[in-house]
Amino acid sequence: MSFINYLSREINCKIVYYGPGLCGKTTNLQYIYNKTNPEAKGKMISLATETERTLFFDFLPLALGEIRGFKTRFHLYTVPGQVFYDASRKLILKGVDGVVFVVDSQIARMEANIESMENLQSNLVEQGYSLDKVPYVVQYNKRDMPAVASIEELRAELNPDGVPEFPAVATTGEGVFETLKAVAKLVLTELKRGGR
Amino acid sequence: MASPQMVMYEREFHQVQAVVDHLVRAANAQVVFIIDKNGQLIAAAGETGQLDTTSLASLTAGNIAATGGIAKLLRENEFSTQFHEGERSNIHIQLVGKRVILVVIFDNKTSLGLVRLRVKKASEQLDSIFEALAVKAETSHQSGAFAEITDDDIDKLFND
Repeated sequence: MSFINYLSREINCKIVYYGPGLCGKTTNLQYIYNKTNPEAKGKMISLATETERTLFFDFLPLALGEIRGFKTRFHLYTVPGQVFYDASRKLILKGVDGVVFVVDSQIARMEANIESMENLQSNLVEQGYSLDKVPYVVQYNKRDMPAVASIEELRAELNPDGVPEFPAVATTGEGVFETLKAVAKLVLTELKRGGR
Repeated sequence: MASPQMVMYEREFHQVQAVVDHLVRAANAQVVFIIDKNGQLIAAAGETGQLDTTSLASLTAGNIAATGGIAKLLRENEFSTQFHEGERSNIHIQLVGKRVILVVIFDNKTSLGLVRLRVKKASEQLDSIFEALAVKAETSHQSGAFAEITDDDIDKLFND
């Protein structure tokens, strides 16, 4: 649910990074935070455990520039990836405008990816959304790891509908901004269509 | 889509701002702000200069969402009021009409009793403003401003 303020001429949108535990959602946000001009970003907040596992969410407010005199602001959130935090994930999906599904490319994590994707679908349905309606992109992260599945294999399992997809190495930033731009663009296009 | 878009127009914004401006004085509070349930800041009044209001808005919404989740588990409809007491400052969080959250930050220059009393009155006023706003946003649907945005405009945003 985007928030349009005609007085301050601002469009605010919410993007959620989803995916299995340790797939690199927080790392995506950290990279964006480190590479963004100070005036375009707010503070990054991580509600994490002592071992840096996300407990509730990470949050990063970001200004992307102006469209027709409207400032566009994106609020980026991550969900906690660990299976048992499902109640928290549902809360964070409320009011979402766009979703990035971060895939852990390692062969050993294929099952975790599929489980998380199914979880995303059912949680969206519970909130009254559906994955084929919400602006949505897929990122194949950790392409630098030794035992990774091929993009074709990952696509067959996790992106059968062929939404925009990006190979990435979030630790070095490869593919991170490409992913963000793609989802932001889809969100704005959806807004333009007035499809909500 | 699941929930209607929140749209804020000039007239309603001034009405909301008048309520929070009055509340900050009447309750003798430090800061008053209003956020929507998704964590977007709508209006603020008082000594906001030192505060990271964007972060506060997002965390407060997360807090309300988590408390709402607990309420559901206990088969409660909602816990509409929260109060956190600190050494120097306190925070009073009130859910208004299931759509927005009214937050009052105050110190020992006032009392919880007074804050609650003033919040109650302000909540009623805010409830009717946001109720009317929801109806207005629903009926006017999308404004021309967004229909006019072209694919080029969107592309340009990402060309740097």
